[in-house]
Amino acid sequence: MTRSTSAPPNLPVRLAAIAVAVGGLAAAFGYAAGWFSPQRLTPARLVDTLEQNFGVHPAYRRNHAKGLCVVGHFQSNGAGSEVSRAALFARGSVPVVGRLAIPGGNPAGSDGAAPLRSLALRFLPEHGQEWRTAMNAAPVFVVNSVEGFYALQQASRPQADTGKPDPAKLAAFFQAHPETGAFREWAKTATPSSSYANSAYHGLHAFFLVDANGRERPVRWSVQPVAEYQPIAAQQRGDADFLAAELHQRLARGPLRWRLQLTLGEAYDPTHDATRAWPAHRRSIDAGELVIERAQAEQGGPCQDVNYDPLVLPDGIRASDDPLLSARSAAYSESFNRRTREQAALAAKEPQS
Amino acid sequence: MKARPAYFPLSLRILHWLMAPLVIAMLLIGVGMVASVSPRHAALVAIHKPLGAVLLVLVLLRLTVRLSQRVPALPGEIPAWQQRLAHASHCLLYALLILQPLVGWAMQSAGGYPVVLFEGLQLPALLAPSVWLHGVLRGAHGVIAYLLMASILLHLAAALFHGLIRRDGVLASMTGGRLPAAAPASPPGEG
Repeated sequence: MTRSTSAPPNLPVRLAAIAVAVGGLAAAFGYAAGWFSPQRLTPARLVDTLEQNFGVHPAYRRNHAKGLCVVGHFQSNGAGSEVSRAALFARGSVPVVGRLAIPGGNPAGSDGAAPLRSLALRFLPEHGQEWRTAMNAAPVFVVNSVEGFYALQQASRPQADTGKPDPAKLAAFFQAHPETGAFREWAKTATPSSSYANSAYHGLHAFFLVDANGRERPVRWSVQPVAEYQPIAAQQRGDADFLAAELHQRLARGPLRWRLQLTLGEAYDPTHDATRAWPAHRRSIDAGELVIERAQAEQGGPCQDVNYDPLVLPDGIRASDDPLLSARSAAYSESFNRRTREQAALAAKEPQS
Repeated sequence: MKARPAYFPLSLRILHWLMAPLVIAMLLIGVGMVASVSPRHAALVAIHKPLGAVLLVLVLLRLTVRLSQRVPALPGEIPAWQQRLAHASHCLLYALLILQPLVGWAMQSAGGYPVVLFEGLQLPALLAPSVWLHGVLRGAHGVIAYLLMASILLHLAAALFHGLIRRDGVLASMTGGRLPAAAPASPPGEG
């Protein structure tokens, strides 16, 4: 016989020790998962609030739901190599799959009513790592924190009777969030462009470029259209669907071009705050030309299954301390998980013909 | 029949105690990062991927060692059905530990994401992009994480039960501690 058959001394203490160890580990797991903090802002809650505002549109992105795919290349002139060792900045041609869109989670949203346009790009250099960026026509973002973004979504929830946000709630939000001032100033004076093709698009966040020697420089990037900016025409304002057709018309005449500008920050330029633009006249490097050759509907198009996560960065570009980068990455992932699951379910339901 | 050793081989004990905290950390990081939108999210993701790759290498190494070495038997007085259950639970742990990093890697590939371990080091895609597979694998990655956590809690409870209540040398065979006097022990540190 071994000693194991006799009851050990202090049996309750021993059993309690086991319970504490096992329960403690389970509790740590639950704590990390957020079981004890239902108020924690999670990617799911962030995407839920977009769904509450815009409705659930299966298989569509939860924000910037209406858009189309574009395909082309980035003709790098090599100038970016001075400040970044990323392969795509070496002189040469890099394939690009992009997506032009309007904001909002409604895939039937009105082009004419859209306050801005967005451009997401995926650079796929043959040798070297890919780069994804999601840009907006606005030079600054409306909020500088994920809590602010969440509060804005709640304040702009459409009311049941009017279908429009409660102006009092929006006013209270802007009052409580003075960081939105720069964006609101821009929105007041800026007129949306008449086309996807003649708008500039800004990376919004600061990042760091890392050169071949490992030196880091703060950067904000944008693409500036070669086509001259034209404000949206009066008759376009009432047109819910003109941006895609207008783009196809332009592409029928030839490729569309933008210059990729890398604007370098200096000491004390904020890198953590997407609502604050850097002072004008910062050094800007023209890294080459973005050339869009064709466009395609998003359904079945090459951008449909791409999550334009702003933290998919190649060696040579690093994330900054802007907290919105992590938030966007987390929320985009949640949106991608939901819509790809729905897409797969819809495909399975489709009649076999 | 050759006598089974009283202790797990040193190599397996080292691998066990190296992996145990890493696996638990990995599970906490995983459930934490998918429930966070703060800068913690990106920081945890940046740990999750390379740590997952390290754990895949470690578990494959451990499986190789485990299959090539003799390990202690459970005490004879434990009923056969319990012995079978214990054996099955260990097979399950190995299966989940091997599956989880592979599913994570495959899921990222199916989602069209580059699997970047750290700056400059990217794993090749395990699968071609497919939203259907991404959905299935993303679901599986979560289910396996919860199964793994549940198995680890059971494993911990059973190990402590052996060590504190039964005191039959089963826990000591992995910790390297002193075996009960009556147990037929070969000297520690062998082989």
